[in-house]
Amino acid sequence: MSKAFTPVAFIVLALFALAPAVVAWAPFEQTMGLVQKIFYYHVPSAMLMFISAFVCGIASAVYLFKRSAAADRLALAAGELVVLFGLIVMVTGPLWGRKAWGVWWQWDAKLTSALLLWMIFIAYLMVRRFGGPGSEKLGGAMAVFGMANVPFVYVSSMYWRTLHPAPTVVPTLQPGMRGAFYFCVTAFVGLYVLLLTVRRRIGEHEAEVERLHLALED
Amino acid sequence: MNDFLRVAWIVMRKDLTVEMRSREILYTTVFFAVSCVLVFAFALVREGQPMEDAAAGILWIAIAFSGTLALGRTFERERHTETLRALMLAPSDRPAIYVGKLLGMLALMAVVEIVLVPLVGLLFHAPFQASPFWLVVLILAGTLGFASVGTIFAAMLVRARSRDVLLPVLLYPITIPVIIAGVRGTTALLQSTPDEPMARFWAALLVFFDVVFVTLSLWTFEPLMTE
Repeated sequence: MSKAFTPVAFIVLALFALAPAVVAWAPFEQTMGLVQKIFYYHVPSAMLMFISAFVCGIASAVYLFKRSAAADRLALAAGELVVLFGLIVMVTGPLWGRKAWGVWWQWDAKLTSALLLWMIFIAYLMVRRFGGPGSEKLGGAMAVFGMANVPFVYVSSMYWRTLHPAPTVVPTLQPGMRGAFYFCVTAFVGLYVLLLTVRRRIGEHEAEVERLHLALED
Repeated sequence: MNDFLRVAWIVMRKDLTVEMRSREILYTTVFFAVSCVLVFAFALVREGQPMEDAAAGILWIAIAFSGTLALGRTFERERHTETLRALMLAPSDRPAIYVGKLLGMLALMAVVEIVLVPLVGLLFHAPFQASPFWLVVLILAGTLGFASVGTIFAAMLVRARSRDVLLPVLLYPITIPVIIAGVRGTTALLQSTPDEPMARFWAALLVFFDVVFVTLSLWTFEPLMTE
């Protein structure tokens, strides 16, 4: 593991320790009040979920065409993180929606596409786990197809009402809120990079153990 | 190019000939699709009146369910007789085999749909005959989108464990846009005055989906099917 890992881990830990205070100090939103604070965790998680889906899709395409085992390990790590960050999104979103819209769930374009993306990557992990021999390739195809699917889901569900605040809300934030928001984004990106590194490292160890095991048997 | 089409044609003809001799997949799939529609009819028709706007949804659910069944069976046959390897060993372009399989699948699903559309129209009082052109375009484009993704996943799953469960698990999340576009487009056609511009929008989305996913399948079929 690279030398930068430990210092980065400490920085991320410090950021997350400070995050509740930063979020608490950020100004209150006029109409929504306290519930708006979910935004500081919800939006960074959603951003990382989508970024991670693209990391997984591109790494899978590289694996399929170049047969690079490292790309496959990166794809698996990113695929697991899509599901993890997706879980955060799926828990924090309805909590906010209940207060802001009065309902737990809405069939809105962003919600539907996030839910489907999450489901595609849960299916990806299921294939990787239960597919038996050759499941890496199957999963790879699933990730590539899933990535290509994102715009279609988005456009097709857009024709239902869109209630979700537009992403353009971020530049219009008050300075106090914007600072806290970017603080949280930095913390989450740091966490994502750490988890991705650790998971890839575990994959490398697994491959090494497998190789040694086979060498011992020969 | 000529050779490519010839191989695709031969693979399709082979599949259809095998099917015409046993009619196993055709009969079971049609029967399954009809039972599917009947289950919905029992659930959603109250006092002789079907639920409003249910017809389009039921038609597309029946297409998706019976399509999944047919996809699973077509490749199960190849696995059972160990013929997929022989097919892959053929000195031809791999994507041509994919196209042949896809065409066979489309022919089969078209037969099922010819039975399904009038049945759903009859049981759910849906005026499918109001604008036949756009209905055919929507169903053709939707079926191609569903079958293009389904064929490649079913082909890959031939060698996987628990393939029967994994096919719908993989296929449905990916083909949700097809279902949304198909249902919305068909619902637009079933209004008292058919909303053709809306149907045209959804048909265009389906065609776009087809182009992207057929291209992606042709592109990935070779690396996916290499052992």
